[in-house]
Amino acid sequence: MAQDGLSVGVKAVIGREEIGALIAALSARGWRVLGPRVRDGAIIYDDVAGLDDLPAGWTDTQEAGRYRIERRTDAALFGYAVGPHSWKRFLHPPVERLWQARREGDKVTIIAEKNDEKFAFLGVRACELAAIMVQDRVFMEGPYPDTAYRKRRENTFLIAVNCGEAGGTCFCVSMKTGPKAQAGFDLALTELIEGERHEFLVEVGSEAGGAVLADLPRRPAAPEDIAAAEAVTARTANAMGRTLETEGLKELLQGNPEHPRWDDVAQRCLACANCTMVCPTCFCTTIADVSALDGTAERVRKWDSCFSLDFSYIHGGSVRKETKSRYRQWMTHKLAHWIDQFGTSGCVGCGRCITWCPVGIDITEEAASIRADSGKCQEGGNGRA
Amino acid sequence: MTAAEDPFIPLPYCVGRVRRETGDTASLELLPLAGPRPSFKAGQFNMLTAFGVGEVAISMSGDPAETEGFVHTVRNVGAVSGALARLETGAALGLRGPFGTAWPTEEAIGADVLIVAGGLGLAPLRPAIYEVLARRERYGRVVLLYGTRSPRDILYRAEMGRWRRRLDVDIEITVDHADPAWHGNVGVVPRLIPRMSFDPQNTFAMVCGPEVMMRFTASALHEAGVSFERIWISMERNMKCAIGLCGHCQFGPDFICKDGPVMRYDRIASLLAVREI
Repeated sequence: MAQDGLSVGVKAVIGREEIGALIAALSARGWRVLGPRVRDGAIIYDDVAGLDDLPAGWTDTQEAGRYRIERRTDAALFGYAVGPHSWKRFLHPPVERLWQARREGDKVTIIAEKNDEKFAFLGVRACELAAIMVQDRVFMEGPYPDTAYRKRRENTFLIAVNCGEAGGTCFCVSMKTGPKAQAGFDLALTELIEGERHEFLVEVGSEAGGAVLADLPRRPAAPEDIAAAEAVTARTANAMGRTLETEGLKELLQGNPEHPRWDDVAQRCLACANCTMVCPTCFCTTIADVSALDGTAERVRKWDSCFSLDFSYIHGGSVRKETKSRYRQWMTHKLAHWIDQFGTSGCVGCGRCITWCPVGIDITEEAASIRADSGKCQEGGNGRA
Repeated sequence: MTAAEDPFIPLPYCVGRVRRETGDTASLELLPLAGPRPSFKAGQFNMLTAFGVGEVAISMSGDPAETEGFVHTVRNVGAVSGALARLETGAALGLRGPFGTAWPTEEAIGADVLIVAGGLGLAPLRPAIYEVLARRERYGRVVLLYGTRSPRDILYRAEMGRWRRRLDVDIEITVDHADPAWHGNVGVVPRLIPRMSFDPQNTFAMVCGPEVMMRFTASALHEAGVSFERIWISMERNMKCAIGLCGHCQFGPDFICKDGPVMRYDRIASLLAVREI
């Protein structure tokens, strides 16, 4: 395949219609193509069969506790930021069977799952690419890699789309994850719209990506095309809705478990778990064992949230009874302990937790507030030395 | 995909001998139905599955030097532990493990050993007791302090009796609530510490019990002159996966399942002082 593919780093230009050809080419190669669609008043990720499924001419407006989709004046295919879904729902599904057990007499046989599906993700934002790499570290780089995740991940084709719009709650620039995808993709697109022109700059990020692009009608990228794409992401970078100061943030949070701000946020937080469900890196799960009358039993893994009372339950009661301690656990884990555990922040700056919080709690504002008056509180940290 | 390749898949085991320890607690011998029993270190735990009910983390309570099966002491405190505690000889169950960190029985060679248990906390310590007693000559003084709610709740009663008759182990048992037949100590276990004879400068303390008991025990040991670097405790948190992937057992930056359960006190003392961490 290498001889008829395009090598890594090659840049080309394709027309808007060729996105449909790209979907067809991936389907023909056996990938289940997933991409953005408009559904229930939001842009979500699901199967896409062609160009018509994409959210042409739609954008989103986001603020703390607020999300709306609106019509654009152009026909951009990727003219929005991010919606409530993330690619996590495919690589680390909300509900997943781990195994089945069948009893025959005294003998119990355990049957593993296959997990042989091949996904192609169309429209992966730079922050989402970073989130996938964060979950790669969680699920694949520890002492016990997650077999199901690894199999799905190894079979995934990633098409990044660099952002032409910054959402109102975005702060990828602060987290150094975007708005331009740097690595980890098979193909990266930048949507170029100017007057009558509607094209995409395509960058090849892998051999598999080069082979797919080789099937599409295209022209080589001229320096002006590359400059136009750079201008798109530069403009987005300057339009970030939020900022988060990350310098010393780990020590700040680990050193302030008794900060009065935790009481303050607990007065507003509903412990509804929305932030953990929309977060593209939150990975916590619980298990449920189910048995049927025919003698089979199965174990199902489901997304769980550190905001639930059950999450920390041990006989005698839950460890984190108060909302204060549950919010503190979530935010300190995300921005601080994660660095001790996995060598990276757990936050990619996508802004979903801010947008989808029903009461508009803003992680960047909470962190800034703790930083503003941390002088009153204890020094030192509770992290690993 | 075999269980050996996927740490989420339990291996089939069956129940061997069952010993009813107290009214709600049983020790189960678990025998592998396929292949040898993996080796384990004192302090480690397994995930036990009652098929169709659920899975729960339980420390080994048997002797690591015995190779036939695992021994687990299970108290009926919930749906899964109840289903396990009711299992009878021959019953099938699933097992994943061993997981987690171990008691410092190697590091403690040459030093005095102080083992402090509260309630069911004696179970995860028993493998360490076996290891120390099997190589008794390598250690200095050996002290075992054990506190339970009442005389009825004393675990491993026959074995405790045998250990008490040994001249090279100092054992004290205390109960919260005595009955008329009880002539021993009454009160919480940390109160026994000042009465015991050991060299605080050269002692390894291994402590397991409810979190509040472990904190008071560590304070009492510290007052007696044992440094926090020589005190080890076994932590308990909700666990669903035992391999650092489900997030439930987080304790600050640590996962109790893989950075614990046995942890050095000086490394977690500041977190233990924070409510609901």
